[in-house]
Amino acid sequence: MAKQSNNRLSSPQELEALRESIIKSRDPSQTCIVICGGTGCLALGAQEVITNFQREIEKGGLEKKLALRITGCPGFCERGPLVVIKPENILYQQVKGEDVVEIVSETVKGKIVDRLLYIDPDTGRKITYEHEVPFYKKQKRLLLGDNSNIDPTDIRDYLALGGYAALGKALSNMSPEGIIAEVKKAGLRGRGGGGFPTATKWETCRNAEGDTRYIICNCDEGDPGAFMDRSLMEGNPHSALEGMVIGAYAIGGHQGYIYVRNEYPLAVKNAQIAIEQAEKLGLLGKNILGSRFDFNVKISRGGGAFVCGESTALMASLEGKVGEPRAKYVHTSEKGLWEQPTNLNNVETWANVPLIIKNGADWYGKIGSQGSKGTKIFSLVGKINNTGLIEVPMGVALKDIIYGIGGGIPDGKKFKAVQTGGPSGGCIPENLLNLPVDFDELDKAGSMMGSGGMIIMDENTCMVDIAKYFVNFLEGESCGKCLPCREGLKRMSQILTDITEGRGKEGDIELLERLSATLIDTSLCALGSTAPNPVLTTLRYFRDEYEAHIKDRRCPAGVCKELVTYSIDKEKCPGCGLCVKACPSEAITDMGKKKPVALDQEKCIKCGACYDVCKLGAVIRK
Amino acid sequence: MTTKNKPTKQKVTSILDSYEGDPGMLVAILQDIQAEYNYLPKESLTHISEGLDIPMTQVYSVATFFKAFSLKPRGRHIINVCLGTACHVRGAGRVLEEIGRQLDIKPGETTGDFRFTMETVNCVGACALGPIVVIDGKYSGQMKTDKVKTLLESYD
Repeated sequence: MAKQSNNRLSSPQELEALRESIIKSRDPSQTCIVICGGTGCLALGAQEVITNFQREIEKGGLEKKLALRITGCPGFCERGPLVVIKPENILYQQVKGEDVVEIVSETVKGKIVDRLLYIDPDTGRKITYEHEVPFYKKQKRLLLGDNSNIDPTDIRDYLALGGYAALGKALSNMSPEGIIAEVKKAGLRGRGGGGFPTATKWETCRNAEGDTRYIICNCDEGDPGAFMDRSLMEGNPHSALEGMVIGAYAIGGHQGYIYVRNEYPLAVKNAQIAIEQAEKLGLLGKNILGSRFDFNVKISRGGGAFVCGESTALMASLEGKVGEPRAKYVHTSEKGLWEQPTNLNNVETWANVPLIIKNGADWYGKIGSQGSKGTKIFSLVGKINNTGLIEVPMGVALKDIIYGIGGGIPDGKKFKAVQTGGPSGGCIPENLLNLPVDFDELDKAGSMMGSGGMIIMDENTCMVDIAKYFVNFLEGESCGKCLPCREGLKRMSQILTDITEGRGKEGDIELLERLSATLIDTSLCALGSTAPNPVLTTLRYFRDEYEAHIKDRRCPAGVCKELVTYSIDKEKCPGCGLCVKACPSEAITDMGKKKPVALDQEKCIKCGACYDVCKLGAVIRK
Repeated sequence: MTTKNKPTKQKVTSILDSYEGDPGMLVAILQDIQAEYNYLPKESLTHISEGLDIPMTQVYSVATFFKAFSLKPRGRHIINVCLGTACHVRGAGRVLEEIGRQLDIKPGETTGDFRFTMETVNCVGACALGPIVVIDGKYSGQMKTDKVKTLLESYD
């Protein structure tokens, strides 16, 4: 770090001077190799790519010519490991360790490595620049866009992009009430699930009686299928941190917590580094930027419990107790952590705050739809070509997300449904693909925004199985405190299991509906009261699949093990024997060269191993 | 990872000290103990209860509430099969079954030779690569039943 950055900044002017000097010390035309070091790319082997780049640059003495930046996730996980050459923005995808030597030698010559470029599946054309790839082109990346310009372990990168300017503005030119008014005018709604107006929550907390006020950033993200908070915390931790300091100033809090899942080790690490660096510069701690406002942040690692996404359960866990919710006759914004007024927002909500303060509510209000302002990050996963993280203005049609950005369904399969909102959300069918995606429209369709998971399902996904999956998930995660949730989910799980295993009977559907109504009316917290959503939406849109399971003992998607049989297509099977080796129960016999194999139904355990290994489609699943 | 020595009061105290004896940090303290010993030995829970001056019942209830904690010694290698929604629709259930079949254990169990413990996790947040299996913190994406054998063989 530069010498001056070891000193605490004592005014917004000093912050601006530091920013100037950082920008001046950098050459914007210098070639910079940007490698995604997010969890997704690391899982695909990015570490080897990083090490090889470091070695090649050192070996060639190219430190002055080529800068190297390891960043958080830019979103296109499907094509990782991702490497971008800046300032041109040349995108190399699926880069392997052995590609590095060539990339370095060609980049130095100002050339492009053709074979690593992205090929547009629609046109068959190679695309050189990141911003021209359809996946990125159709997004509006206010939050995620900075990820590839920031080394999350170096606060100077965030400062160079205008970081903490909003904090400077808030502390020097705005009153706490003024900040709340600005956030209210912008129409920011919480990104964590409910979509509650953020400013209203802040106001209640500010006006509540208490000795102190606590500020919490929720990075627990227990919602399976969502990873935007993780990616923001890994890739741009200061954006959330800056939002927290502004919020704390507006609310009048002096102690903050980042509650982050222990399953997110990189997010824990980067958040810790960010806190230390911000403290060193006087952007956290005592007398922030000379304003006499004090605010500290601690990290608390969650133990992996979905129910801890519920605010009262999260706070109980922060107090070192079991993560059980309590009835919310009194809101946490009035009595939360240690009985004091507490304000909880998730990472994405906090990261929006500096944008609003810096650019103004009017600017922010122009983005998004009538009742849902700004952008939303979605994790586009499941049966979709371009899996990854995307960010779009609220109100974009579902089909533009799935087909425009997501590139449609792989292997020519047919789209069946998209599941939004995590286990508390619901499934939306094909005839609603024109639905604009915002808080209110998703509610109307029986689903919800949740934290932004979007799981795409194709014709091979069984909707009864999906309902069972979520009910089982929630049954396991139910804390057990209130009866409707504890017993109701267990009963629903039994019924759904019976249906998927061929023991469904007349009246089961009606019973599921009655149980659902009871859970909605009588559960203690939102986990229980929203738990029937996956069942209700699948019943609403895919009732025929339930009926096929119950009446015909048939799983139309071929998923439910007890209701499917495997057989060999004698026309297609060349007798290669791959399935014979794969079969764990010796149910398939090699009948000699070029003769189709034989499958013994008695021995078959329906594990599907043969179906997975056969590339010729000779194993039939019905 | 191996099951290490018996927990000493000293070790537990040093972990408690690193959190300034703050009872609010109980979850983090248990995580650190588990990282040290691979599970939560009974003695360590007693030391925590005494060190933080909170009832043993509270320590025990937290230790058994969160999925990440184990009160039994675990294997040298920890397999975590992600059962998040994205992994589920891509066939994570069958991968889990296959691993269980090869090792002859159920989720949450440890093999007789303490080579593997198989656990499930609700989501590791790398949904784009599903189904995912994490062994000792190393991610293997796009898992299929026929890749299981080779994957397991690479761990002693």
